[in-house]
Amino acid sequence: MSLPRTPSQTVGPFFEFGMVTKTLLVDEDAPGAIRIEGKVLDGAGEPVPDGLVEIWQAGADGRYEEGHLGWGRCQTDADGGYAFTTIKPGAVSEADGTTLAPHLTVLCFARGLLKPVLTRVYFSDEQEANRADPVLGAIGSDSDRATLVATAIGPATYRFDIRLQGDEQTVFFTTPAAGL
Amino acid sequence: MSERAQELQTIDDDERATRDADPAYLTPEYVGTRLRSPRRPLLLLPQRLSELTGPAFGQDDVRPGDSDLTTQHAGEPLGERIIVSGRVMGSDGRPVRNALVEVWQANAAGRYLHRVDQHPAPLDPNFTGGGRVVTDDDGRYRFITIKPGAYPWKNHDNAWRPAHIHFSVFGRAFTERLVTQMYFPGDPLFAYDPIYQSVRDPAARERMISSFDLASTKPEWALAYSYDIVLGGSGATPLENA
Repeated sequence: MSLPRTPSQTVGPFFEFGMVTKTLLVDEDAPGAIRIEGKVLDGAGEPVPDGLVEIWQAGADGRYEEGHLGWGRCQTDADGGYAFTTIKPGAVSEADGTTLAPHLTVLCFARGLLKPVLTRVYFSDEQEANRADPVLGAIGSDSDRATLVATAIGPATYRFDIRLQGDEQTVFFTTPAAGL
Repeated sequence: MSERAQELQTIDDDERATRDADPAYLTPEYVGTRLRSPRRPLLLLPQRLSELTGPAFGQDDVRPGDSDLTTQHAGEPLGERIIVSGRVMGSDGRPVRNALVEVWQANAAGRYLHRVDQHPAPLDPNFTGGGRVVTDDDGRYRFITIKPGAYPWKNHDNAWRPAHIHFSVFGRAFTERLVTQMYFPGDPLFAYDPIYQSVRDPAARERMISSFDLASTKPEWALAYSYDIVLGGSGATPLENA
């Protein structure tokens, strides 16, 4: 049995009273807390002030926990900015022995996006793990790969911009099942 | 990099949209897509733990009143009271239990409670327009709300959105995440709406239209519409011709 999927439509500009935000995955003073911040930008380099960024990540031990501890959601502000306080996930070990470098999965929704964009946040201070990561390793261009790496910009603070379009467009993914 | 893994397969979004349920990112008739649509090919991710897991919710994450948009204020909202219910399923037909379903909508006059909405129609002090519910063991959800009005926007001259309720649904995997819009049967605005028309397959478009549901109406109280939602399917659906 295979039922046809329900199509995606834009989140529109008015989602804020329907979708509760959760920008603190841990308290700001929790041990190991990090901040990930950035902007969502359009093809003209202008901020996207009506976007929604969702993240999903493993815990510090590299395991995806049950429940929604590893999930966050932030509405962009007037400057296109978003920020999460979380912990850096550990490397994820797959059953087949593959190891994925620490990363977050990101979905970004916005007015003008008829379906979300899917990307990943890796970390600039995980160079060794990044070199061995099967997804980063499968991206041919250094500049493309760089769009997936958050830059350490201060103590426990990382910067990750999402560029929807243009020469510096972030690398976006799709999956066989999702129809993203 | 010493050893490079095989490069990821690329997917042409426009080509995919001609055979898939989802719209293409670039749908020029919907002006908002022009500067916000990615233009480079998408990379096909292998289905690994990060794609096959996702946040899980439960009945504790919502309050009973969250699913009744007509009782969130001192008085009753104006407009036509309706019951909206349905099932969330995987493409395998099995129910998606404990799915968090969030909805938001305009009021009966077609006005959103939002600082950016400038439509000169009245706000309703008794209607916010947001609700949430978690599906039961059969994947069922149910909301009570009022029928939203059509809504003007500035996409083109004299542009109006058909009446719709926004839905956000969490499936079993984060990559099954769906945000969509539920429409009402027989709306004369469908033919003129680039967002509805962004779905290229007419049969797929119709899956976004709710059905009048006589069995769920409450006599002398509310009409009812049913709306089933089918999510991606946890990797069960192979990508054809990719």
